Amino acid sequence: MLRLDRVSKTFRTGSFGGRELHAVREVGFEVAQGEVVSLIGESGSGKTTLGRMILRLAAVSEGSITLDGVDIARQKDYYRSVQGVFQDPFSSYNPIFKADRVLEMIRQRFFPSMGAADWRARVESSLAAVRLDPGGVLGKYPHQLSGGQLQRLLIARALLLDIRMLVADEIISMLDASTRIDVLNLLGELKGRGLGILFITHDLSLGNYVSEKTVVLRSGRVVEMGRTELVFGNPLHPYTRNLLGSVPRLHRRWSEEEDAPEEEATCFYHGAAGRDATWPGLVEAEPGHFVGCATSGTCAPALELVR
Amino acid sequence: MTLKVEDLRVYYRTLKGDVKALDGVTFSLADGEIMGLAGESGSGKSTLGKSLIRLDGRMRHIGGSAELDGKDLPVGDTHAMNPFRFHEVSLIPQYAMSAMNPTRKIGRMVDELLRSRGVAPMRQELERRVGLVGLSADVLDRYPIELSGGMKQRMVMVISTLLNPSLLIADEVTSALDVSSQKAVAKTLLEFRDRDLVKSMIVVTHDISLVYQIADTIMVMYAGKLAEKATADVIVSAPRHPYTQALISSLPEVGVRYEERRLQGIPGRPPSLLDPPKGCRFRSRCPLAFERCAEEPPFAEVAPGHSVACWKAV
Repeated sequence: MLRLDRVSKTFRTGSFGGRELHAVREVGFEVAQGEVVSLIGESGSGKTTLGRMILRLAAVSEGSITLDGVDIARQKDYYRSVQGVFQDPFSSYNPIFKADRVLEMIRQRFFPSMGAADWRARVESSLAAVRLDPGGVLGKYPHQLSGGQLQRLLIARALLLDIRMLVADEIISMLDASTRIDVLNLLGELKGRGLGILFITHDLSLGNYVSEKTVVLRSGRVVEMGRTELVFGNPLHPYTRNLLGSVPRLHRRWSEEEDAPEEEATCFYHGAAGRDATWPGLVEAEPGHFVGCATSGTCAPALELVR
Repeated sequence: MTLKVEDLRVYYRTLKGDVKALDGVTFSLADGEIMGLAGESGSGKSTLGKSLIRLDGRMRHIGGSAELDGKDLPVGDTHAMNPFRFHEVSLIPQYAMSAMNPTRKIGRMVDELLRSRGVAPMRQELERRVGLVGLSADVLDRYPIELSGGMKQRMVMVISTLLNPSLLIADEVTSALDVSSQKAVAKTLLEFRDRDLVKSMIVVTHDISLVYQIADTIMVMYAGKLAEKATADVIVSAPRHPYTQALISSLPEVGVRYEERRLQGIPGRPPSLLDPPKGCRFRSRCPLAFERCAEEPPFAEVAPGHSVACWKAV
């Protein structure tokens, strides 16, 4: 459905735009209907920039993003199909307006001729889809609602439009542990209804929980991607393994695991020496599991791949 | 016993009345203990941390006392607290990104800070400590803006512990960081304790799996009150309070998939602390609630070192 093909984004920085910052480099993947793809990366990896390009909030420098084969820049009613929800639910609302005004704005912009009764039915069905009680949220100000409710209201707003694709950029990192799982389960239900979801996160365990596919980004490049159970169950890239090793887990302390072996220090993405080496592109290590790894020759799994 | 807190109550005054952010908290902290303080937003965990150093002028100290190394800690008096701050009790603030003076090189800023506290500059020791957290000594000749988030956080940690305080309060120090810097920062906290730079530590966090990695004990708060305190392993493996149980079981872990196992959140939301309900404050969200919960449960010891505020657990 949504397809990214060698997408790059370059920002000009410095005085007179003399320097270039490559935020995203040649990223390509696909989000199908009824599929959650989690985009995992640390700060500065380019994951938010990718989300913004998909939402047409930032222009694509090179490559193309297509929805059903048509370039998104040339689609007229793009926002009827693709919508986004962002990290901070408290700053997504205007504090002096009632929270459900975000729903009314959709009506004005996209359904100006719809009757009041039809509209009410539509609002109610989309609130039901996100498990919100209309009486509990309509007519309330943002400060009267919890973060989880606000975030679900924003998803309901997107659902009013019969969207097919949702970009969820860190939507649960501001929520409390007891409510974030509800929003996460909601994403699971939505994919059951055929929605494609790009779930952008820095939290590996959350990505692992809901997604079918995982894309790991580092410095704007895909280092590893594929079916979630393969990427998490058999991580091949040293960076992915390091990330997974750093995730705090219950019932298992860090000290009980062995530390990362020394050999990884010479990796292209770790060692400073190899940083300018040409990127090898993604190699399909096993069906549905791609790795991009070029090392100076000490990383065992990479060597196996290059052979 | 490093720290003893007795029935501490701290309210915030607002136009609508007092917000009872901390409503009768009693606990103690042993020498060398790292205690994780966990809870949702609005549970009073940050208020508890900050009230021990009296950071916020809006806090009203209503009652209760705190004792540090046998001395009374003036938790109700901003002025009297001054000699304790930095020397005896120190805090690592959440927003290390903005905790340092942006117009000074870091080394100079620390010198000025020490001088203002009547301590001679200690450049050599400072350089040693900077090395200890894995930074090179030349960060002292740089401006804060030249450091990454994780580096700034570690630098602030060095500054906070420079005078070897007896009690260190770390307020959400890892929540703004990436997983790999999170690990480095958490391990640094452990290192501070192991090298005796600080005697004991309260690590305020909402991330139980992170604090489990470094804490000896974990204390869980709910709506301004203590819910449970026990060793980290007991809290994670055999919690007795229904709130702790629900919280632990709602955490997605690597390996748990939506298709295979649905995790459950906790329905409802915490009560308003403007006018908290009588009795157990978790009652309205609790699956085990019964008539007796209208009465407030005591924070009672159910096993050695394991205290719970729940009628079902007693």
